[in-house]
Amino acid sequence: MASAAKKLLMDPFSDNNPVTVQVLGICSALAVTVKVDTAIVMTLALTAVVSLSNLVISLLRNVIPSGIRMIVEMAVIATLVIIADQLLQAFLFDISKQLSVFVGLIITNCIVMGRAEAFALQNPPKDSLLDGIGNGLGYGIVLIAVAAIREVLGFGKLLGFPVLPESYMGNGLALLAPGAFIILGLLIWAQRTVTKMVEE
Amino acid sequence: MELLSIAVKSIFVENILLAYFLGMCSFLACSKKVDTAIGLGFAVIFVLAITLPANWAIHHFLLAPGALAWVPGIDLSGMDLSFLNFICFIATIASMVQLVEMILDKFFPKLYHALGIFLPLITVNCAILGGSLFMVEREYGFMESTVFGISSGVGWLLAIASMAAIRKKLRYSHLPAGLKGLGITMIMTGLMAMAFMCFSGINL
Repeated sequence: MASAAKKLLMDPFSDNNPVTVQVLGICSALAVTVKVDTAIVMTLALTAVVSLSNLVISLLRNVIPSGIRMIVEMAVIATLVIIADQLLQAFLFDISKQLSVFVGLIITNCIVMGRAEAFALQNPPKDSLLDGIGNGLGYGIVLIAVAAIREVLGFGKLLGFPVLPESYMGNGLALLAPGAFIILGLLIWAQRTVTKMVEE
Repeated sequence: MELLSIAVKSIFVENILLAYFLGMCSFLACSKKVDTAIGLGFAVIFVLAITLPANWAIHHFLLAPGALAWVPGIDLSGMDLSFLNFICFIATIASMVQLVEMILDKFFPKLYHALGIFLPLITVNCAILGGSLFMVEREYGFMESTVFGISSGVGWLLAIASMAAIRKKLRYSHLPAGLKGLGITMIMTGLMAMAFMCFSGINL
């Protein structure tokens, strides 16, 4: 793969991660991470929406009048989210029930809008698609990491399989909202210590 | 009494930000100063209070399964347009925000200038769309939706205003370099969420 394309795809994984560096899409990163399987489904749904919306908006970028570009972007994103939601309800009904309103909230997920505004409007379709996939997966890495920690601490299980001994009681705090905030905070600390990023 | 219970529940027990994580992006971005935080908080209350009843009407009279039964002449009672919820809600929210912006600009220019850039940004605040989606999921009626909208907004204001105050203090504390900014803010939010959980179990 050409190095430019590789950079587009790999950068969002750590150096320019949408959640921990760009501070986008935190809401759903916390809400759907009680279990790893919901986190994986959410990652797939978001990656599909962000890469396709990047592709469509990039294809349309020369015909969208700049005054109404927000509304056009919203319409594209909302349509893609409706499709994703209908597909989830048809094929993964249980998980779609657990995700509840958070599938719909992909519309207002700042990652999708942010990448459309910041990248797809200026770049050709192929790059935009790669950027979308990279950002979707970069978001997914954080999501799955938080979910894995919460599921192990909370249930002593990973993807439903027991990983800790039977005698482990399960830490209820990890499953509740405060646990999610604190675990994400600690993850951000760890990542920034490794990459030596400092915020003033 | 039931309305009061919804209000208390959505301000304290099930705070839209601290329990459902909605509106985190603007919460993190705009909580550096107390004034802007409070301004944004009021704008959110305002928009939630308008969009929830509007979206309730759209859902109830147009999109819900069988909602079109009132149309005279044709039998539309079998219609289920609820898959259009997302796109209609976001369109209502965007146009309501635009409308609020124009009204404020015309009649309350002072407030309009104080809110500045925050008003248009509210369109993509997930707390607003989230409020509408929760309303559908929980099958609230008209009054319940209105109360739920206002009190969710109040809860959000409470969270962002107190966070802004805490962050002001945090600026003078010695933190490890990697924890500065986003890291410590997340952990503080976690502690706040824990404090708010003490309200759970309150029933009116």
